[in-house]
Amino acid sequence: MSEITPDLVRHLAGLARIDLTEDEVVRFTEQLSVIVDSVAKIANIIDAETPITSHPIPLANVFREDVVLPSLTQEQALSGAPDQAQGRFRVSAILDEE
Amino acid sequence: MSELIKKTAAELVALMAKGEVSSVEVTQAHIDQINKVGDAVHSFLFTSADSALATAKEVDRRRAAGEKLPTLAGLPIAVKDNLATTDAPTTAGSKILEGWISPYDATVVTKLRNELMPILGKTNLDEFAMGSSTEFSAYGPSKNPWDLTRIPGGSGGGSSSVVASFQAPLAIGSDTGGSIRFPGAVTGTVGTKPTYGAVSRYGLIALASSLDQIGPVARNVLDAAYLQDVIAGHDPYDSTSLTQSLGSMVEAAKSGSVKGKKFGLIKQLAGEGFQQGVKNRFAEAIQLITEAGGEIVEVDCPSFDYAIDAYYLILPAEASSNLAKFDSVRFGMRVTPEGNPTIEKVMAATRELGFGPEVKRRIILGTYALSAGSFDKFYGAALKVRTLIQRDFDNAFSKADILISPTAPTTAFKFGEKVADPLAMYLNDIATIPANLAGIPGMSIPIGLADEDNLPVGIQFLAPNYQDAKLYEVGAALEGILEGIWGKRMIDFAPNLEVK
Repeated sequence: MSEITPDLVRHLAGLARIDLTEDEVVRFTEQLSVIVDSVAKIANIIDAETPITSHPIPLANVFREDVVLPSLTQEQALSGAPDQAQGRFRVSAILDEE
Repeated sequence: MSELIKKTAAELVALMAKGEVSSVEVTQAHIDQINKVGDAVHSFLFTSADSALATAKEVDRRRAAGEKLPTLAGLPIAVKDNLATTDAPTTAGSKILEGWISPYDATVVTKLRNELMPILGKTNLDEFAMGSSTEFSAYGPSKNPWDLTRIPGGSGGGSSSVVASFQAPLAIGSDTGGSIRFPGAVTGTVGTKPTYGAVSRYGLIALASSLDQIGPVARNVLDAAYLQDVIAGHDPYDSTSLTQSLGSMVEAAKSGSVKGKKFGLIKQLAGEGFQQGVKNRFAEAIQLITEAGGEIVEVDCPSFDYAIDAYYLILPAEASSNLAKFDSVRFGMRVTPEGNPTIEKVMAATRELGFGPEVKRRIILGTYALSAGSFDKFYGAALKVRTLIQRDFDNAFSKADILISPTAPTTAFKFGEKVADPLAMYLNDIATIPANLAGIPGMSIPIGLADEDNLPVGIQFLAPNYQDAKLYEVGAALEGILEGIWGKRMIDFAPNLEVK
């Protein structure tokens, strides 16, 4: 039985910064319950000894020389910003007033 | 319809090299076809006829001046719209990026420009490549040129439908769980997912970084080989890109043979639950491979039964992290609610309006899989399944040179058939997902039409990591055998699009 509840969906959407409508909460609760119940069966074939694989190709510590290379200009970096001021990204208040 | 657009990429390149046709003529012929069928098929989100023709003119001028040009110079191409371009918008099929112009080109796009290939436009996809039908594109679905009431596969249904309807001889796709191979199978075209890291992902809008791979979309194996040879290679801007060369795919395709090779028939993907017409064409393909001197052995990959489940934890987990960058600050949409909202409220309102349903579903699922309390049970467990799948492949490749399966369980389905049932939609990728989890290369080529609906069926070849060339060898060989039997190419069976 799935542990996906409307409150959990609201909580997860909050963490992911998505302001879901109540209709979406209802629909996603139902759909995610089905998906989570299905994917949970992977527990059947693994054990504590199985190592994890996070990446398909063996690679470790890929470094480059620590030298300055050409990069975007400030103007280019700001070119897609919804709002900007004084050569910076401009956003609304980060903290509430209280 | 101009005869030029029916030709293969290899034929067009040869004609241009001999001076029998100009790049402007070739490019214009494809622009004419886009103008004719583009609205009906809806493959493109953006077309760039003027800049494509400008590139074509430049190629013709330099060729006339006797310059030595790159192999595919002057050959037009279409690019999936999750690749960043400085001269055209890049939306990834999402409203959140509507109208965004990248300040840099993806490495693959740079390579196409260096090859002097006219870029015809940006092709449609499911939003952020999440889907297998293009029905999740915020800009409406692309249609299957074989039957406009059916899906062209996804997420790269724009690229598959472009080549299947002769709007371009080649296109670029990206494959995270089958987004090149599945659209190839259902549109009667060829698609390859190269070995992970064979093609730079720099400038590809990331879906799941450990699974994503860019690859060629074409109408035949040799054409796909030409494109893979252009886009492959190490890129210092992608730390996961391979440093070694995988050799020439064109040479592999030209030397194509199945003789003496062992083909592993994957027991778990041998067709149980698959559409009968898919099973019939697959059985015939096996018969043809045997007659041509290939040997068939059965291989057992028991953990493949859990591949979709592991994939739908790993992908959403990585996607939820990758898509955090769409925060209304640096690029894309910003929605400011009433009053004096904090940035957090602006972000939540923007992401609510900017993302579509499948993207929200997967971000929330991924957030869940990564959250304290479920991390070990879900994400950690899925990474263990990934190990088991790699072991299954290692074991299978100790018995066979190449693995085979149908590319997809069904032919192209109708619009709306699966869109409300996420699990049913996810099953389209049952045969393609294991390759992404293990990093290995895979290719889909058409093997005929299903008896019950006359729609294309694809076979999938899988090879060990770094051995992409094997796919092109056996793919070109089987394609040649089938074309010999048919007396024409697969795509020549496609109905002529009757559009105004």
